[in-house]
Amino acid sequence: MNKKVNVKISMVNTPDKAAWEHFPHEADIGVRGMGRTKAEAFEQAATALTAVITDPQIVEPNEKVKITCQAADDKTLFVDWLAALIYEMDTRKMLFSRFEVRIKQHKLDAVIWGEKIDVGRHSPAVEVKGATYTALKVEQNEDGCWMAQCVVDV
Amino acid sequence: MNIEQLKKRSDYEWLIEPIGKMKVPVVIYASESLVRGMDEKVREQAINVACLPGIVKASYVMPDAHWGYGFPIGGVAAFDPDQGGVISAGGVGFDISCGVRTMTTALTVDDIKGVKEHLADVLAQRIPAGLGSTGKLHLSVKQMDEVLTGGAQWAVEHGFGTKEDLGYIEEHGTVAGADPAQVSDQAKRRQQDEMGTLGSGNHYMEVQQVQEVYDQKIAQTFEVKEGDIVVSFHCGSRGLGHQIGTEFLKKMAGAATSYGVMLPDKELACAPLNSPVGQQYLGAMRSAINCALANRQILTDLVRKVFAQLLPKAQLKLLYDVSHNTCKQEQHDVEGKIKRLFVHRKGATCAFGPGEPTLPAKVREVGQPVLIGGSMGTASYILVGTRSSMSLALGSSCHGAGRSMSRHQAMRTWHGKDIVRNLESRGILIRSPSYRGVAEEAPGAYKDVSEVVEAAHRANLSYKVAKLLPMICIKG
Repeated sequence: MNKKVNVKISMVNTPDKAAWEHFPHEADIGVRGMGRTKAEAFEQAATALTAVITDPQIVEPNEKVKITCQAADDKTLFVDWLAALIYEMDTRKMLFSRFEVRIKQHKLDAVIWGEKIDVGRHSPAVEVKGATYTALKVEQNEDGCWMAQCVVDV
Repeated sequence: MNIEQLKKRSDYEWLIEPIGKMKVPVVIYASESLVRGMDEKVREQAINVACLPGIVKASYVMPDAHWGYGFPIGGVAAFDPDQGGVISAGGVGFDISCGVRTMTTALTVDDIKGVKEHLADVLAQRIPAGLGSTGKLHLSVKQMDEVLTGGAQWAVEHGFGTKEDLGYIEEHGTVAGADPAQVSDQAKRRQQDEMGTLGSGNHYMEVQQVQEVYDQKIAQTFEVKEGDIVVSFHCGSRGLGHQIGTEFLKKMAGAATSYGVMLPDKELACAPLNSPVGQQYLGAMRSAINCALANRQILTDLVRKVFAQLLPKAQLKLLYDVSHNTCKQEQHDVEGKIKRLFVHRKGATCAFGPGEPTLPAKVREVGQPVLIGGSMGTASYILVGTRSSMSLALGSSCHGAGRSMSRHQAMRTWHGKDIVRNLESRGILIRSPSYRGVAEEAPGAYKDVSEVVEAAHRANLSYKVAKLLPMICIKG
């Protein structure tokens, strides 16, 4: 079990390389995750997605949900992963703060933890409508670290 | 946008001649300063649209255009199914049939002075807004299918509003050709509890005062005069539309290649209108249009109930309901021949001129009301479609202010509390569950809506009728 992602949000430039950030888009916002593995980059991007809505640190990981996606390539898998998270948030009226992702070939199995939305406590800034193909990248750099990003429509 | 790359046709019309793979020119309607303020991406995206199969006339750009997904937001493009024309999920967007509805109230500014705070609080309490909010209805999948084929008519039949309302809604409240079988169970599940909800982001409900009337005769037909109170709201097809957008973006991105359509940008995902995927999307998208029309009809009923309780003399009557994220089948003159076209309007409002036979009888004589939503705390406008707009831009106009600053930057520039306080000192009450959300939607993060409207007016796309100022704004 990878516990690194659950404890605290890592911002960019932390020593372990697991990190997330937002990047600007004129009308919307971009989410970017980085990690030592592709799965870790996907986990970090999921935290970035929650951070579009609220501070992930105030979302209690009380309830568990399983997600499975399959796609023809890494980039489509990443969009599908974010789309699945958006779907679970919308239909369960939940926010998520802890993510464990496993990727084999182009199949993703994830367990995510979160809680029901509490408007008073979470004061959600915005809801995410969908993940887009804009600025979509899933890449491994020279150090072997992974980065996954795209713009989400809010 | 670099103005040197454009050919100036007039102070409000700019042209990019077709080169390379472009099948038609790009035509931009905007003032020089608005064009200069547009992102280079708008030019790139409008050119990409001009390359799509079966496009006719031009790839049009409205004065409020900004960088979108595949299509620019503020983009208009029509496709001929008989010429291999395509339909694009990106050309409609995630928020299918997002639009504006405005209602007159038979109240004046003086009538609400004493109850303004209370009215704001009760509206905020009764109108489900923001992430996680649900409506009072919980619909089964079968009931969802009825909504998707019935639209606002379904809502009226179920006690939300009156038959008279339907006469002031595009397509009389129900678009034909919806096919709920093309809408996934996931999309329906996202919507089961979300009928009658406002959403978040730039969606809002406002109580507004008519500050200025520019055309008395048309304002009289629309039943508005200076000092009147109107209610407007901006929202769409909610989770259902978002899910359809998500699924078909993927489906069309895969299908385009198999249909031999080369996409310059994956986000332009499209399929020929005369193809199974094209027809499936059309059936699903029309279902989402009906969902949005039903949603706005249910919200209308909620607002009416609040006004009936607090201001019993109020009479809330629809002025109009118009969407700005759609693809509609329309008849247009193409080189002297009337053709059946599929017109994509992504962040652009239908703006049909006087006498158009498809307009509801109530507005046919003067032209279609064009409802332009402002950003929070700024003016909104009522315009009217023009005869010239039919040939200039397939009967289209702008849809709002359009963002000029990212949410990211807005959040770092302003504090939500300060914005709420400043607006309150100007007599504008904001009710929102999130100060951060307020900061991201700060008035300063948008283009000047008045400049956008002035450009649409001067370009003859639609003429100014009245200016509305917000008094209460409910944000999701």
